Amino acid sequence: MNVLVYLDSADGRVKKPVYEAISYAKKLAQSAGGQVHGLILGSSEEANLKSLGKYGLDVAHHVDDTRFSSFDSRAYSMAIGRFVEENPCAHVVFAFNHRGKALAPRVAARLDLTYVPGAMALPAEDGTVVRGVNSGKAFAHVKANKSGMVLAVMSNAAGLLDESAEASLASFDPGLGDDAFSVKVVKVEKMEGGIPLTEADRVVSAGRGLKGPENWGMIEELADTLNAATACSRPVSDVGWRPHHEHVGQTGITVRPNLYFAIGISGAIQHLAGVNQSRTIVVINTDPEAPFFKAADYGIVGDAFDVVPKLNAALKAHSAA
Amino acid sequence: MNILVPVRKVPDTTAKIAFTSDGKSFDANGVQFVMNPTDEWYALVRAVELKESLGGKITLINVGGADNDQIIRKGLAIGGDDAVRIEGDDRDAHFCAKAISAYAKANSFDLIITGKEAIDDNGFQLAAMIAEYMDWPFISQATRLDVEGDVCHLSREIEGGHEDIEVSKPLVVSASKGMAEQRIPNMRGIMMARSKPLNVIQAEDSSVASEVAKYALPPEKGDVKLIDADNIDELITLLKNEAKAI
Ligand SMILES: Cc1cc2nc3c(=O)[nH]c(=O)nc-3n(C[C@H](O)[C@H](O)[C@H](O)COP(=O)(O)OP(=O)(O)OC[C@H]3O[C@@H](n4cnc5c(N)ncnc54)[C@H](O)[C@@H]3O)c2cc1C
Ligand SMILES: Nc1ncnc2c1ncn2[C@@H]1O[C@H](COP(=O)(O)O)[C@@H](O)[C@H]1O
Repeated sequence: MNVLVYLDSADGRVKKPVYEAISYAKKLAQSAGGQVHGLILGSSEEANLKSLGKYGLDVAHHVDDTRFSSFDSRAYSMAIGRFVEENPCAHVVFAFNHRGKALAPRVAARLDLTYVPGAMALPAEDGTVVRGVNSGKAFAHVKANKSGMVLAVMSNAAGLLDESAEASLASFDPGLGDDAFSVKVVKVEKMEGGIPLTEADRVVSAGRGLKGPENWGMIEELADTLNAATACSRPVSDVGWRPHHEHVGQTGITVRPNLYFAIGISGAIQHLAGVNQSRTIVVINTDPEAPFFKAADYGIVGDAFDVVPKLNAALKAHSAA
Repeated sequence: MNILVPVRKVPDTTAKIAFTSDGKSFDANGVQFVMNPTDEWYALVRAVELKESLGGKITLINVGGADNDQIIRKGLAIGGDDAVRIEGDDRDAHFCAKAISAYAKANSFDLIITGKEAIDDNGFQLAAMIAEYMDWPFISQATRLDVEGDVCHLSREIEGGHEDIEVSKPLVVSASKGMAEQRIPNMRGIMMARSKPLNVIQAEDSSVASEVAKYALPPEKGDVKLIDADNIDELITLLKNEAKAI
């Protein structure tokens, strides 16, 4: 049976977390003896769609309809539902990003499939899928009671395939009436440049140890050198030193990058909850007793104002070498 | 304006997480439970603010056992008018969402406001499922919610920013940081909460879509490697060759 993956996109281009969702779907499809079909709603770029063959996509189905330019989970769910009715699939795969979180549970409810949010790996031999619970403090091995699953996958769940194939293109018309659409986006504000936290492979995060917002220049420079996104602890966003969307932790955003730098952050349990699934954690803190060191792979006991500029210079020299 | 606010009971943010020795269930021994932070701080408080300016009624709804009544009473103290508890196990989101939407369909609400994510389930799933069962629009991770006649004005988080939206009632909204400021219940609220109605009902459909075969704790982290602040190059070598992170 085939596997469907929802090709979440912005400005016609498929978003980065979807690449891994495609590779995850490919591995599922291979064990189900089927192909990976993708569905993209709204505008799209042909070359971009074809290139997704690299990650394992067999066919990209394009719904060419400008009514999908505002994200409306109800209309999107209807469109995906219609597609699956006409093209039966064993499973439906999403990236566990903003839209995936809003849409995948709807699709699961609509199609009466088991939903697995934040899948961290492919199904095990017994069919269970592992996901993080209790804010990264534990895992649950979920067993599906329905015939198929909707899986929203976390980064690092399956790795990226690198195949020398192109996806073929098809079009699809879900035949929705205007009454399916009800959400009107009136304004979009996006940060200029920089990498969105939720899409970053590397994150440079700083806390109250930085003393004030005027000191974030060196954090931004380090992030820039590393091609990383910036993040912060909760008190830092509470007092307005940094925007809310940078707040990571139990009550903020959960991230799972390959590399997480924690600078001047004590490592309170609520902070760790949002970042402890990062592959590699580096902590820079003046206090050798800071709890964050217990969760770290590498640590420097030192003053951020001394260490960060030195680190940045050394990294620059390294990438120039 | 009638608003339904689903609230969940979760382990306190500082709770040490443990499971029974067979790994089948959560070990509640010595754990303090609280109302899920985003439900309490944002969803409920915004509902109270909307009621204060527009009138109407706030109903709290919870799926769980009698041990949840304490957090439901806290919600009534913050400003809910009445509450419903649907007797049942809160582990399966499909079951919870079906039960809550069945109640919502049988009564009339303009808005359903949830928290964005339960800090134990981390599923971001209930609100979207409720919306699907209701066949309503759903705006997730909203940081603003204003109501003007039939139209709701919202902002929601997107990758690296936010967007402003208009959508007509009825709808489901999940609340994120920014929507409201936490309120501490006062003595009068706590006294009044005692006499507000808390009805317990049974779910009609008890089917579940998933079960947890087992819970597990993450492997212990090895010791941190400390690097001298004067030897930054060593860190870079380790990140490159050992962690393969740069
Ligand atoms: C219900 C609840 C939910 C919460 N949710 C979150 C959450 O989601 N995310 C979150 O982050 N927090 C959360 N918190 C708050 C959390 O408990 C901590 O208070 C917070 O994480 C501390 O932030 P911090 O580490 O930046 O500041 P602090 O605890 O003040 O730590 C600052 C650190 O900087 C170090 N330092 C000082 N000067 C320097 C210097 N020059 N160079 C290097 N290091 C220096 C200090 O040694 C210290 O370790 C929550 C709390 C509660 C009660
Ligand atoms: N058992 C429950 N009873 C009532 N509301 C719930 C329950 N579980 C979750 N919710 C609501 O759904 C939101 C999202 O939870 P979740 O999908 O589990 O991350 C929470 O913030 C609550 O508002």
